[in-house]
Amino acid sequence: MTIAAVAPVAGATRRRSKAHQWKGLLYIAPAMVLVLVFFVLPVLFTVWMSFHNWPLMGQPKWIGLRNYSRMLSDTRFLSAIGFTAFYTVIVTVAIFALAFPLALFVERERRGVGVYRSIFFLPVVVGLATASLLWTWLANVDSGLFSPALRALGLTEHSINLLATFEGAFTTIVVMVVWKIVGFTMILLLTGLQAIPSDLTEAARIDGAGRWQRFRHLTLPLMRRTLALALILSITGSVLAFDQFYIMTSGGPQNSMISVVYYIFNQSFVSFHLGYGAALSIVLLIALVALSVAQLWLLRVEDER
Amino acid sequence: MSAAAKARRHRRRLWGSLGYHGFGVLASLFFLAPFVWAGLASLRHGTESQSPPLPPWPTNGISFDAYAMLDTFGAGVWRHTFNSLLVSGGTVFLTVIVSLLAGYGFSRYRFPLKNALFVLIIATLMIPFQSILTPLFIILAKLGLNNSLLGLTLVYVTLQLPFSVFMMRNAFDAVPREIEEAARIDGARDFRLLVRVLLPLVMPGVATVAIFAFLNAWNEFLAALILLSDNDKYTLPVLMTAVRAGRLGAINWGAVQAGVMVMTIPCLLIFLALQRYYMRGLMAGAVK
Repeated sequence: MTIAAVAPVAGATRRRSKAHQWKGLLYIAPAMVLVLVFFVLPVLFTVWMSFHNWPLMGQPKWIGLRNYSRMLSDTRFLSAIGFTAFYTVIVTVAIFALAFPLALFVERERRGVGVYRSIFFLPVVVGLATASLLWTWLANVDSGLFSPALRALGLTEHSINLLATFEGAFTTIVVMVVWKIVGFTMILLLTGLQAIPSDLTEAARIDGAGRWQRFRHLTLPLMRRTLALALILSITGSVLAFDQFYIMTSGGPQNSMISVVYYIFNQSFVSFHLGYGAALSIVLLIALVALSVAQLWLLRVEDER
Repeated sequence: MSAAAKARRHRRRLWGSLGYHGFGVLASLFFLAPFVWAGLASLRHGTESQSPPLPPWPTNGISFDAYAMLDTFGAGVWRHTFNSLLVSGGTVFLTVIVSLLAGYGFSRYRFPLKNALFVLIIATLMIPFQSILTPLFIILAKLGLNNSLLGLTLVYVTLQLPFSVFMMRNAFDAVPREIEEAARIDGARDFRLLVRVLLPLVMPGVATVAIFAFLNAWNEFLAALILLSDNDKYTLPVLMTAVRAGRLGAINWGAVQAGVMVMTIPCLLIFLALQRYYMRGLMAGAVK
């Protein structure tokens, strides 16, 4: 750039920089194409399909809202919702009940704490399908670990088939999921704990606040943001549960463990009621978006305080 | 301080540390035991595979029978491991490239609808991919990508984008603009500037994006189960449903243990080697 022709060059620069800025669109184009083709389009397509009777072969037929009205009297779907809600509550409570003590444990800067953090976290990086398979073996009545070990220790007289009853299978799955997920929640809570200024806790201690009082009136309120995030993540993860039921019990015993995603899978890919499956998917989608909105709202309220 | 008080204090510290590590070791056992148990049991002799793992270690000498047994399912374990590696490697490669470009574009350029497009990418996080699998199946078929590892890879890349683009935009935002201006004066432009000058500076972000892409693609089950229908194309988790189903009503538990190990070991190794980058990603997600 020369000083001699200031005015025209300035105009050219602006023009060039404008063209230059448009180049940004080129950089984001691959990402946009993927998101549009493999996400936005499928979402719109799901909505469209949900208004049809859509068989695997042959012509789809427009049936308006009938897929949605059918849901209301679909007792198997309603019981899938009931089961998923029950599972979500139990798993979330169990994870928090264990994650909090673990987070408090690994928060203390002592020798070996890094090793403990890593070990508690290990199951998180393994796939849920892998973990389900591993625990299916451990819970097997003849060739597994739990039942033979209990017998060998003389705690039970007969072998117990954990996966054959609802109570046994449900407990096994909850323990497996807690084992697999709790390290993740622990690390989230740990970041929340570490964000609390230590002079605050110190001041409270000097003022004579006991351990429980400090936890109740200082730690918990200051961690509300982290708690909200961990809670929402735990809930969304549980609502979408599929792998563990499919692999560990095939939805049994007596179809008592069909989660919502499992039911959609059955309708769409086993019975090939693609239109009905799409309508069910839309309901799931709305529920999950509502959860995300609730999360944003919770966090926003926090910011204003 | 008297000697007695000192000794008492010392004793209390000892008990405290004993309690601390006592709890730590017990909890560690709970988290490690299933892996250790399966790993040891998978090395038992084929004749032992159906008996309970008490004790878990091989009593008749180490054998790889379980792994040989696993190899008799589907198209052989090598083939399916290769499938899984292809999909995971492809997901890592494409996710890194696409999110690198997008992160750079979102960080350094201004263009119409920029914020709306960024929010659109991030907002896909709200929608569970489980609810759009049927149309994905149909769209992939229309593109001629049904039952193909490439199609599955593209779906995985898309699922990684919200997190990855967010990570990469932040990584580029953290690079001072002066560095770019200096490089620009030296004549480096656009693509060369990005690859030669900026890429080394955002490498930690790339590592984080790559680890999450690999683990998620390697571990994913439901989409692979639905989108792959050809036996030869199965990734490891889908192969394992065949092992889980068993033959003639009997499940070969040795093959189950071996399969669990084949799927677990890469995850654990990658996590332990690159833990720092993994945790960074987790924190970024948590703070957001």
